[in-house]
Amino acid sequence: MRAFVIAVFAFLYLPIVLVVLFSFNAGHHASEFTGFSVQWYGKALSNPFLVEALKNSLFIATTSALLAAVFGTAAALGLARVGARTRAVFDALLGAAIVVPGVVIGISTLVALVQLFAVVNPFLASIWPGGQPPRLSLGYGSIIAAHGLFSMALVTMIVGTRLGSLDRNLVEASSDLYATPLTTFRSIVLPQIMPAVVAGFLLAFTFSFDDFIIAFFVAGAQTTLPIYVFASIRRGVTPEINAIATIVLVASVLLVVLAQWQLRQRKPSN
Amino acid sequence: MTAVPDIEFRGVTKRYGAVTAVSGIDLAVPPSAFVALLGPSGCGKTTCLRMIGGFEQPSEGQVFIRGQDMAGTPPYRRPVNMVFQQYALFPHLDVEANVSYGLRQARPRLSSREIGQRAGEALEMVRLAGYGGRKIHELSGGQQQRVALARALVNKPAVLLLDEPLAALDKKLRTDMQIELQNLQREIGITFVLVTHDQEEALSMSDFVCVMNGGRIVQLGQPSEIYDEPADLFVADFVGKTNLLAGKVAGHAGDLVSVALADGTVIAARKRTALQQGETVSVSLRPESLSLGAPTSGQLKGVVRNRIFLGSTAEYAIEVQGIGTLLAKADHLIGQGNLFKPGEPVAIGFATGTPLAFPETKNNGTNQRVNKHVEIIS
Repeated sequence: MRAFVIAVFAFLYLPIVLVVLFSFNAGHHASEFTGFSVQWYGKALSNPFLVEALKNSLFIATTSALLAAVFGTAAALGLARVGARTRAVFDALLGAAIVVPGVVIGISTLVALVQLFAVVNPFLASIWPGGQPPRLSLGYGSIIAAHGLFSMALVTMIVGTRLGSLDRNLVEASSDLYATPLTTFRSIVLPQIMPAVVAGFLLAFTFSFDDFIIAFFVAGAQTTLPIYVFASIRRGVTPEINAIATIVLVASVLLVVLAQWQLRQRKPSN
Repeated sequence: MTAVPDIEFRGVTKRYGAVTAVSGIDLAVPPSAFVALLGPSGCGKTTCLRMIGGFEQPSEGQVFIRGQDMAGTPPYRRPVNMVFQQYALFPHLDVEANVSYGLRQARPRLSSREIGQRAGEALEMVRLAGYGGRKIHELSGGQQQRVALARALVNKPAVLLLDEPLAALDKKLRTDMQIELQNLQREIGITFVLVTHDQEEALSMSDFVCVMNGGRIVQLGQPSEIYDEPADLFVADFVGKTNLLAGKVAGHAGDLVSVALADGTVIAARKRTALQQGETVSVSLRPESLSLGAPTSGQLKGVVRNRIFLGSTAEYAIEVQGIGTLLAKADHLIGQGNLFKPGEPVAIGFATGTPLAFPETKNNGTNQRVNKHVEIIS
């Protein structure tokens, strides 16, 4: 039994450990460790294509996570006020959105966007007063939209859970103490759910930063870090890829740990 | 002499779907009174309080605060403040910020100096001066209770609403807080409306007790009236301890009825409503109105089963053949040796007119009574 558990964990984590280990390899081959060195980190960070992809990823992750945090929180607040039956339907839909395979989300988002562009672009061209009309196309915007939409489900679930455990009496007490609904939201509800909003933002960021599948479908000519990594392993796995993977891994783990820590902060009291 | 009541209910009914929580309540609470809404859980007392606070809207009727109809007025525009059952203190704010929360909402804004000063005074009033910087979770239950009080009173509301405020405290602390609340009410002179299911709390703290059952007001009066002259069987049974003896009306003698008890003994009892000859009644006899004596005297004869010595008094469970076990309470006079022992035969006596006879229909609140507009004269 114990050997079995060890085998499972080895199977899960050994490849990751190897990636981290070989990112410090002095040699040129990803399969043969010849000595310790951080040269590949230097190489990776001086590669202009890679840095460009990294910047894209950071921008997309930040923007989509911000959108998801704002709209996901708004959705959670709205759902807190609907009837039990409506609530159950939306909870089921949110859960479904999270378990739907990335390929399906990628393809369906692509199809939806292309259809949308086919309608909107001619319309924009027809009403445009003069000069070159703007043309919507795949790129930054579509990745942000796709990631933001998916992460919104994530944030809605996390914030919704926190709202569920919020003491209704606190809202009533605030209202009893002459605070308007807006003030109550700002001074009582928001501080109470803030850890969940921040956690949702961090998870959304991590998801977007790591996502390859959805981005691959809707990226158009843009390159994100995962897409760059995927493209470059076709030219052979170098320790440079390992270095990038290690950076992404460490950043992701840090963000997820930070998100969990946020969720544990200031549990609603009672 | 009838000033504008601080709180007035006119024909207030509250329904939740098919369930009627409160039905046809009429009530007027005069200024500066300490009123308790007393009743078992589900009797509608909390719903009444929440309608004053504005958290529930009546399905029918009107609620007035100082003569103003409150229909459609949200809680944050009502001149009342509430102490919540679990205090509902804001956990992310410190004591001072909790207490000054209401003052900060005032428009035009109060100066921060005034806010600080009034919050300080409020904390002093509840004997928590110097606790302003503490976090809520650092306080004991009793201290949290006092912060909740200060947070409400600092706003100088027309009426303070208290929703079972002492339920979460242990017995010793509860007694202290009862006295503290009474003193506070007298000091600041505003109306307190207390919701409680604890009859002792209601009797000991309030000027007026409003006994509720099944969504209706069953009786309204001073604590001593409620205790001495219960309006019906429910009140007699719910407020204080009492012995209820089943019997039948055997005859009338002026204001009194004679009731034949199960064992054939006939006793004279007062009545609250007209009773028919032969009607089944319950006779209420308070334990302290029973006097115990040598087995040769008294109206009822029994045997002591248990004795609970309480220091200044002693309680006896006395088994009376054919009637059941009666509870009697006797003063303990030091050196008189007047304690009866278990197994000892005793006679039970009571003054004429102390027993109260009620019709045997338990008032479930939905039958008979038509609530009259009840005005308390202060």
